[in-house]
Amino acid sequence: MPLETGRNSGFDTTDGYRIARQDYELGEVDLEPDEAAAVALASRLWDTPGLAGAAHGAVLKLRAAGVEVDEAGAGPVQPRVRAAEPAFGPLLAAVQTGRVVSFPHRRGGPTGEVTERTVEPWGVVSARGRWYLVGHDRDRDDVRSFRLSRIAGPVTAVSPAGTVSVPPGVDLLAVIDGAVGPPPVIGTAHLWVAAGRAHGLRRLGRMLRPLRRADREGDELEIELRSLGTVARWIAGYGPDVTVLHPPELAYAVRRGWAAVAAAHASSPDLEADPVDDRIRV
Amino acid sequence: MSAGLAERLPRLLSLVPYLLAHPGVSIAVAAADFGIGEKQLRRDLELLWMCGLPGYGPGDLVDLSFTGDTVTVTEDAGMRRPLRLTTAEGTALLVALRTLGDLPGMVDTDAVRRATAKIERAVGGDAGGGVAVDVSPQEQATTAAVREALESRRALRIRYYTAGRDDVTHRTVDPMRLLLVEGRGYLEAWCRRARAVRLFRLDRVDDAAVLPEPAAAPPDAQPTDVSAGVFRARPDHRTAVLLLEPWARWVAEYYPVDEVVELPSSRSADPDAGDDSGRARVLLRYADPDWLVRLVLGLGGGARVLEPSDLAAEVARRAEEALAATVPAGPGEGGA
Repeated sequence: MPLETGRNSGFDTTDGYRIARQDYELGEVDLEPDEAAAVALASRLWDTPGLAGAAHGAVLKLRAAGVEVDEAGAGPVQPRVRAAEPAFGPLLAAVQTGRVVSFPHRRGGPTGEVTERTVEPWGVVSARGRWYLVGHDRDRDDVRSFRLSRIAGPVTAVSPAGTVSVPPGVDLLAVIDGAVGPPPVIGTAHLWVAAGRAHGLRRLGRMLRPLRRADREGDELEIELRSLGTVARWIAGYGPDVTVLHPPELAYAVRRGWAAVAAAHASSPDLEADPVDDRIRV
Repeated sequence: MSAGLAERLPRLLSLVPYLLAHPGVSIAVAAADFGIGEKQLRRDLELLWMCGLPGYGPGDLVDLSFTGDTVTVTEDAGMRRPLRLTTAEGTALLVALRTLGDLPGMVDTDAVRRATAKIERAVGGDAGGGVAVDVSPQEQATTAAVREALESRRALRIRYYTAGRDDVTHRTVDPMRLLLVEGRGYLEAWCRRARAVRLFRLDRVDDAAVLPEPAAAPPDAQPTDVSAGVFRARPDHRTAVLLLEPWARWVAEYYPVDEVVELPSSRSADPDAGDDSGRARVLLRYADPDWLVRLVLGLGGGARVLEPSDLAAEVARRAEEALAATVPAGPGEGGA
């Protein structure tokens, strides 16, 4: 709260405090009913006490400015965003004050190795329902994103305010997308899928024609090929209900996956080594 | 500043402009607008009555007039405008508005953009920087149909992909809500086929048609509590024990697991275990055995089913069968 001190008249014997209102008053806001409804919906977006409380505080001031915002009337459309990670608050504060932060970060998910990272924070971003910190990693001297759920301890500010300068025009969402988004399309793949099976794959692709294969009814399907590993994983789950017709390297990746699964689940240890390798060397 | 005062002072400063904007408002309505009890509001008003600018002459003090259960400001002592939004308030509201602006089909994004621009102008500066929420691209055509059904209160015919059973079904549903939870859109509806309230993921609704008949969810149909997330453990869920290689640990973050136990790295000759971190044993909940078999089959040995043993055997059988069915002999496989 901004305060100023001073005496109001020569009759005052001591200084008093007052709020320097003229510098801190809310500007004029005049919202149409549909705009006020949008603000009401926005004020209900946050599913976390800190942000929900701040949004409610904003609505109180708007209401005091004469804007009719109906916070209570939850309509049938209810977008909710949660930021429950303990690191969210400290990281957002660091971003907004421009302080360098340091925190322990777990690599690769649960049970991964924990290392201390020092980062110039540029922003906190939610993508696909998960929160990330985007910034300049001082140890690696590069732009990095960190999942907030993998921050394994307290976030410490390690510099004075105003130290961090965010590169102008940086696109935080693009950094996240490059790190965790789906890989780009690199071609197409043709698959055989058994009749009435593998609906998950069928929705992703385009049915070309009915195709019999090894005495089983089915269809030829065309799907977009992204990274071989990702598409191989989607395909391999359907087991004998799907066969890769093209390209050969995808067929190879899928077979290699099945061979590894078979090896991992082989009941007899002597099945584990050789037959599998033979199958891979095709 | 105590927590109580930290909350009370901004409210006190908002009260006079609020009352000016709502002359003759009832105590009950004002209390509800501020999210406090009537008793607390009366205490705030009593305090305000003694506030004002030094000088303390006529016009320098706030004066209020009470008529029955309503209140009107007769002297505002210069407290006409509410304070500007704090950084936290501006961030919370503007980031929320910008997020809504990315939800075409779900909300009126034109009104959202106009509101965002006006709030930005009133707040001043660039509040709300440093935070961004990216909502995955919604299935616009189906989302628009869902919203139309909700607004016109009509039933909906959908074609829906159920990932658990890898099945596509046609259902007639009575829409209740359109939700965005954990970055995904959901239709909450009474499913006439299941005779129960269901959450349908919008990205799995492959087709949606608004029917002429009115929506008729039973009056006792309970909305789903999504405050703790969309996944809820159900009594009919079963538990499998999986052993995850280090490179497949993401499974434990992506799917509902109850317990994660770190295991020391034992097979030093294993190239995949050459990383400095070990494997993990996890308890994974599942409803449908076929779903779990598909998951493990797709993980290329990254996950091994330890329990139940019949599922482990089924995984092995499917993998062997798949290998046998794709023995590189058939035409069109290019010698792979």
